[in-house]
Amino acid sequence: MQKLVEMKGVTVNFYTYEGVVQALNNLDLDIYQGETLGLVGETGCGKTMAALAILRLIIPPGKIDSGKIDYCTVGGQTIDLLSLTENEIRDIRGSQISMVFQEPSAALNPVYTIGDQITETIILHRNRELARNAQAKVDKLLAEDNNRLSILIRPLRLIQKSIYSTIANDPFAFAPKLVGRIPIVRRLLWRIDDEALLIASSLLKEVEIADPSRVLKQHPHQMSGGMKQRVVIAMALACCTRLLIADEPTTSLDVTIQAQILELIKKLKREIQTSILYITHDLAVAAEICDRVGVMYSGSICELAEVTEVYQKPLHPYTKALMAAVPKPGKELSAISGFVPDPLNLPPGCRFHPRCDAAKKVCREKQPALIEINPKHFVACHLFTGDELGKTS
Amino acid sequence: MEKLVEIRDLKTLFPILRGLFRQHVGDVRAVDGITLSIESKQWMGLVGESGCGKTTLGKTILRILKPTSGHIYLDISTQIKEEIDELEKTKPNSKAYKEIRAKYDLATFAGNKLKNLRKKMQLVYQDPFTSLDPRMKIKDTLLEPIAVHGLLKGQAAKERVGEVMEMVGLSQKQLPRYPHQFSGGQRQRIAIARALVTNPQFVVFDEPTSALDVSVQAQILILLEKLKQEHNLTYLYITHDLSVAETVCDSIAVMYLGKIVEMGNPSDIFKKPRHPYSRALVLSTPIADPTRKRGRLVLPGEVPSPANPPPGCRFHPRCDRATDECKTDEPPLLSEEGLRRVACFHPVE
Repeated sequence: MQKLVEMKGVTVNFYTYEGVVQALNNLDLDIYQGETLGLVGETGCGKTMAALAILRLIIPPGKIDSGKIDYCTVGGQTIDLLSLTENEIRDIRGSQISMVFQEPSAALNPVYTIGDQITETIILHRNRELARNAQAKVDKLLAEDNNRLSILIRPLRLIQKSIYSTIANDPFAFAPKLVGRIPIVRRLLWRIDDEALLIASSLLKEVEIADPSRVLKQHPHQMSGGMKQRVVIAMALACCTRLLIADEPTTSLDVTIQAQILELIKKLKREIQTSILYITHDLAVAAEICDRVGVMYSGSICELAEVTEVYQKPLHPYTKALMAAVPKPGKELSAISGFVPDPLNLPPGCRFHPRCDAAKKVCREKQPALIEINPKHFVACHLFTGDELGKTS
Repeated sequence: MEKLVEIRDLKTLFPILRGLFRQHVGDVRAVDGITLSIESKQWMGLVGESGCGKTTLGKTILRILKPTSGHIYLDISTQIKEEIDELEKTKPNSKAYKEIRAKYDLATFAGNKLKNLRKKMQLVYQDPFTSLDPRMKIKDTLLEPIAVHGLLKGQAAKERVGEVMEMVGLSQKQLPRYPHQFSGGQRQRIAIARALVTNPQFVVFDEPTSALDVSVQAQILILLEKLKQEHNLTYLYITHDLSVAETVCDSIAVMYLGKIVEMGNPSDIFKKPRHPYSRALVLSTPIADPTRKRGRLVLPGEVPSPANPPPGCRFHPRCDRATDECKTDEPPLLSEEGLRRVACFHPVE
């Protein structure tokens, strides 16, 4: 399988008044094409930051200080997302890499209809295609109708045609931009909006919404949580996405609705062959949907392996403790001692060492690197590096 | 075992008022005829989807809300309950019936009587970020219930607060701090301390761990178990997380649209759910084990509005076993072997 995204040593710092908060610390992560990669961890461990770093959406005072995010484009070239200009990354955001946020009611704008919000993405990224379709329709009308009314509005259609063909050639040309800005004249572009609505309704059908034409006219408050999350997923899929980042998409939903959404995500992944980065704090959900799972602690990956490996043979002490904290019937619950470290005042060396039973002297001094212990099983822990060194020396 | 809390045919309806004259056009039937008993020292779980009336039931039992009808008893002998039932059947308008209810039935309590009752039953809210007053020190938050009920004074009150803080695993040094200085798990501990400061018999937990991480959730659940053992507490634990309910509760009630559809031991309900809704809930709950996959069952549709529940069995529009009978008649909650109770005409074998 080919790598779609490769993050190397990504460090994100937040420069606050109280000090520098290290949100991501030398994060290494690969996402392969067509896989579902899960990122699990506690609140504040940097799961969402990793996703936002890929999209370059980290807001000040946060800054990506070092590292590389290689992204494999449609043509097969590799580009570094961090070296792109703001305009170039905007072309990728929403069209090739898109994101589903945690709270569907916060992700939708309450004053616009669902139709307006879905078509916004489509019009922005697929303008040429829409203009071409609209032009074809005008052409057909010009050729077909010859009654008196159509002769009367013929000049209008000719103007429409010329605008659509300009957009189809160059969406950012001066004329269509000007037309789009003037409220009355903007109505000339109605066929483009119409085409976008057609695509939107087919997208809603894809996410299993029964009555798309009604939903397109609704406002977010008229819909339930599950429906809203479906709409947000439809928005994310509007432009042939290659990587879908889902940031806890089912946290605010009920179990039965969660089951529906998980099935939907699985189905969509099969159909459109996209990669998914699935961020969750719920280990049970991750077990359900992911192919590989990365466990994060305090800004870096501490264990990364196939889903069965992580759940059955966890190696890192933190993963083991996290697995033991998941409520399972017939098993004593055990909690992890201590608290998540204060991000302003992180412990030196391995960040887990104050809570780790197996901590050694080296853990307090040096940060462990993420190394491959077994095939496809990466762990960042001195317990394993030490053994390796012992064998070689 | 002795029944500590018992509710009989409890209904809490919220009226819908419309128009200029605020005409009564209907009710939101949040809790619609629930009979439930919680034994002393039991950890009772109440599960269901959002909007099914779990929280309303919890609040009604604590009399934060006034029930429309029904009885709530706390630590009352069976004799008196039977007497009230007898009187209700024979002379529901008599003075004797009203007097005995005013004396024992929590559903009729008001004023000072209700205030005295609050000492014995407490509530821990879902979100520790909103349930603590951000402008009050932890010390003051914990002293307030003592002052309101006039339990202790001066040094004794302070000692009690310190004792409760240590009970929930926090130190006395943290007392002069404000809520924002604590993490989510610590705040939930403070909320639990506030509930326990009056020495209650019965505590209702309204999704206390849904805002917390798994590792912190485990800490809180272990703490609750410890407190229950040490102080002989009885819990009603409202949750939507079935794996938590399965792990910690002694007995579980499954709610759907204001009704209890199934009750029983957690192991029974999770291994062999009888009601189609509990089966769907169990099957839709993901398990943290990629190899042991429960067969999936995705329930179609969404929970209907409690203002306009479907006639007959409330689950029938989403149920694959529904027949014509389910569309017209309401299935009663029938006892089966042991504690098991199911409200369904065609239970799963």
